[in-house]
Amino acid sequence: MDPIKIEGTPKTPTVNFDAESGLLEIKGRSIPENAVEFYKPLVDWIGSYGDGAKDNTQVNIQLEYFNTSSSKCILDVFKKLESINGKTSITINWHYEEDDEDMLEAGEDYQAIINIPFKMIEMEEM
Amino acid sequence: MLIDFHGEVSESRISEILGDVEKKLEATEEDFKKQRKVYNILVETLQNLYYHTDPFGGEELSDGEKKRVARFILGKAEDHYHVLAANYIDSDNIAPLKARLDKINALDKDGLRDYYKEVLDNGQYSVHGGGGLGMIDIARKSRNKLEYDFTEVNDDFGLYILKIKV
Repeated sequence: MDPIKIEGTPKTPTVNFDAESGLLEIKGRSIPENAVEFYKPLVDWIGSYGDGAKDNTQVNIQLEYFNTSSSKCILDVFKKLESINGKTSITINWHYEEDDEDMLEAGEDYQAIINIPFKMIEMEEM
Repeated sequence: MLIDFHGEVSESRISEILGDVEKKLEATEEDFKKQRKVYNILVETLQNLYYHTDPFGGEELSDGEKKRVARFILGKAEDHYHVLAANYIDSDNIAPLKARLDKINALDKDGLRDYYKEVLDNGQYSVHGGGGLGMIDIARKSRNKLEYDFTEVNDDFGLYILKIKV
């Protein structure tokens, strides 16, 4: 299965989804006016990844900023992951910068909705 | 005054202002947490202007659409930032917007968090995908009540002013 590799821009995140290693990463900032367009291919990719996925899947989310247009899309990504969580054992590593309470709370909100283990990882600097 | 913008709300103008704001915040705000918080709130505020400004009194553009104009101010007084956003909206949109703002203002920190999660997970999307989370997010991050005002312009339009203290 082909990986997804997207370079970050001032408005959209860097994405690396690699089926070979079972590592899915979204990093940077996500503040596009319309996030649906950006995230749809990611959600579709996860759907296909479910068949023949590695035993373990690590999902690294390391965002500086995201807007509310992205909030629902990120939830869609997590819901899709939840739907394949029987086929592969998933952990979502939610990174936030030291003292960034807003980003920690955002991660906890997803954790409350999504039935996948979350790890909250505090970083000194992103 | 850090920014005082009055003009057309197009995608490129909004991006320009955000770029400006980010540079200014990085240069003037030492508290990194505050820098992020303010920037986040500005992203939502400006994108709200982009999506919800209705075309009152604007000149006609080449594609027959009317120009949509708004005003946006970012200032700093002592240790607080003040954001003001003003735009024209269809009169029909005033009552539902006012009801939403009042609902948000009636909630405390935990109440806002629960409301955010509820709207996040309600499966409804607006045209741009946010599905009504923007104002809740602004209120949550600013940790202050939203101040607003509606002024009737004519039968079809009203002027909506939102003030946010961060």
